Amino acid sequence: MRTVIYIIQKEFLQVFRNRSMLPIIFVVPFVQLIILVNAATFEMKHIQMSVVDLDLSSTSRKLIGKFQGSPFFQVRHTCFSYAEAEEEMKKGNVDMIIQIPSGFEHTLMNENKSKIQFVINAINGQTAGLTNAYSMMILMDYNREILLDNMSPVLLSGVRSIQTDFLYWYNPKLNYKTYMVPGILVLLITIIGLLLSGMNIVREKEIGTIEQINVTPIKKIQFIAGKLTPFWIIAIFELAFGLFLGKLLFNIPIIGSLWLVFLSASVYLFVVLSFGLLISTVTNTQQQSMLVSFFFMVVFILMSGLFTSIDSMPAWAQMLDRLNPVMYFIKIMRMVLLKGSTFTDIKQYFLSLVVYAICIVSLAIWRYRKVA
Amino acid sequence: MKRFWGFVVKEFYHIFRDYRTLLILFGIPAVQLLLFGYVITNEIKDAKIVIYDPAKDAVTRKITDKILSSGYFLLEHNLQNASEIGKVFLEGNVNLALVYEPDFAKKLEKSGKAHIQIIGDASDPNTANILINYASGIINNYLISMNSGQVPLQIIPEVRMMYNGELKGVYMFVPGLMAMLLMLISALMTSLSITREKELGTMELLLVSPLRPSQIIIGKVFPYVFLAFIDACIILGMGNTVFGVPIQGSVVLLLFESFLFICMALSLGILISSVTNSQQIAMMISLVALMLPTILLSGFIFPVENMPWILQALCYIMPPKYYITIIKSIMLKGTGFLYVWQETVILIGFTLLFLMMSIKKFKVRLAG
Repeated sequence: MRTVIYIIQKEFLQVFRNRSMLPIIFVVPFVQLIILVNAATFEMKHIQMSVVDLDLSSTSRKLIGKFQGSPFFQVRHTCFSYAEAEEEMKKGNVDMIIQIPSGFEHTLMNENKSKIQFVINAINGQTAGLTNAYSMMILMDYNREILLDNMSPVLLSGVRSIQTDFLYWYNPKLNYKTYMVPGILVLLITIIGLLLSGMNIVREKEIGTIEQINVTPIKKIQFIAGKLTPFWIIAIFELAFGLFLGKLLFNIPIIGSLWLVFLSASVYLFVVLSFGLLISTVTNTQQQSMLVSFFFMVVFILMSGLFTSIDSMPAWAQMLDRLNPVMYFIKIMRMVLLKGSTFTDIKQYFLSLVVYAICIVSLAIWRYRKVA
Repeated sequence: MKRFWGFVVKEFYHIFRDYRTLLILFGIPAVQLLLFGYVITNEIKDAKIVIYDPAKDAVTRKITDKILSSGYFLLEHNLQNASEIGKVFLEGNVNLALVYEPDFAKKLEKSGKAHIQIIGDASDPNTANILINYASGIINNYLISMNSGQVPLQIIPEVRMMYNGELKGVYMFVPGLMAMLLMLISALMTSLSITREKELGTMELLLVSPLRPSQIIIGKVFPYVFLAFIDACIILGMGNTVFGVPIQGSVVLLLFESFLFICMALSLGILISSVTNSQQIAMMISLVALMLPTILLSGFIFPVENMPWILQALCYIMPPKYYITIIKSIMLKGTGFLYVWQETVILIGFTLLFLMMSIKKFKVRLAG
């Protein structure tokens, strides 16, 4: 036991004496939390649009007024030729074009049906989908309004209607930030944990100090435990501080039990840190180790459901995703913090993490060789 | 000059003999493209829903059918009780719940009105929003067909998705991935390889050799220009052939802009390595200060326009933003140089700035 404590002490000293590493470990993640949460937003406001109104009737003007009045859209440019509007889109000034053909109002009143055209810049599929959804909402509202204005109640009563009520549970204001904070916290402790541990043993290899440790009587398991613990403590501390900041700055709801969050976090960190140590034992230079960590990190993060929905991935990818520890922990964090899920709700994910942790710690210990 | 080439050859040996690094450098773009191409989609499909239908009549069954056959939704199970919704949401698999009112068809027949509640798990706000939109759209369509054209004064929208008709995620990811990888290889690898020489002490040897400092630096970065360029071509080629991402504009212009961006990233890498002496720190700076902004503050995934103004201002001092804008314009919109000259000038400006700063730093270090 004493041996382990010495190693822990040494690692702590190494971290705290490295003046340039300290801010990177303790300040940068929180600056990033603040920046990222604000940056990683799909809350669409001020979609810039160009209007080509060839009708210039009161109906078409009112419709454009509806778009103008909504918080989602902003008319940036009006003209009378579609080519000109498209040019604006090419230049990147507008992301949406509404084209109202001439005779729009006339056709609507006489033939009961009239067409308008929405052209959306779809390079970013997700925002294009949202833009489309918002414009449909506005159009539907407006259509209903016209209907009520122009039709006699007698005629309307013959029409059957289904009323749909929308309820947004847990987050009625659709605040995207509260959704992102838990995910980004996971991201930050994963990056710090994986890099610190991934670079650790390989650095000793590169500098040559690993030789000195190899000739001491320390056991493999003690060595790995001594390496893991300091980073584990640092990462847990970062998580706690990050949660505190999230509550303070973004007012994220912490509905579930914090104990559950930290219990899962401690298991999750075992997975991440031993994964890093494993990488560290199989590589020879810090450059290699960094690239390998980076590679896994990107794959894990992209498949974690942080930015995109897991349900829409193909079945084989969802199968593969079961090997992704980040996915489990992001799920747990979001469920517990935002919805107040209890242990029975997250049991399945939690147990997966436990199994993962046991496997990967043993793998790291087995793979570490006390030979040069 | 011969000395210089000798030095460049040494650097190439360094890189090519480290097969692991090499494998990863070329593996990363391939795997990521595959991921982006096949796995990460922005479109929503097969979202799991639960349905509580106490009416169980012809109309509700018809609506349920319409919703489930749309491809967006997958029935998890039918609920026996509306109060189960909370429990189902807490377990976290289901995104949407649909609740019909009792005697749905009867009420619709008698009073012409019936209610449906659509409840979304808005802890994921965007998904909830889109799903609710889809569901209510389907119900609306059903209503129109039920009234069989009785709905008067209909405005029919024709939606055209420009540049990316099928809303494929790859279209957006290819430019972003290019920026990310060029940044990774150029800035990060260079800074690591220079600090490595410092850490191992071999930098001393190089500095006392007859090579001039500028030759050392150029020799160091040269192989990485080469690697970065190959990687860029792999991404473009794979994106084009495997995933059908078009290259509408001129390929020459595209490669020229990429070359410019590589130069910018390299000068940034040199600057980083002149500030620090340890690989660990160089790496942390590169990852933390370069990679995350490249991914998040560049319009790669999240549109710049939605951010608060402070962050927008921050985005404007991030070189990748300009590069991504250029690449998107040329590849997807097919625009020419006239549309991107401003961004190009800005990139050149960044390159010169970083180069000047690092040259200044480098001299200081030689004296010390």
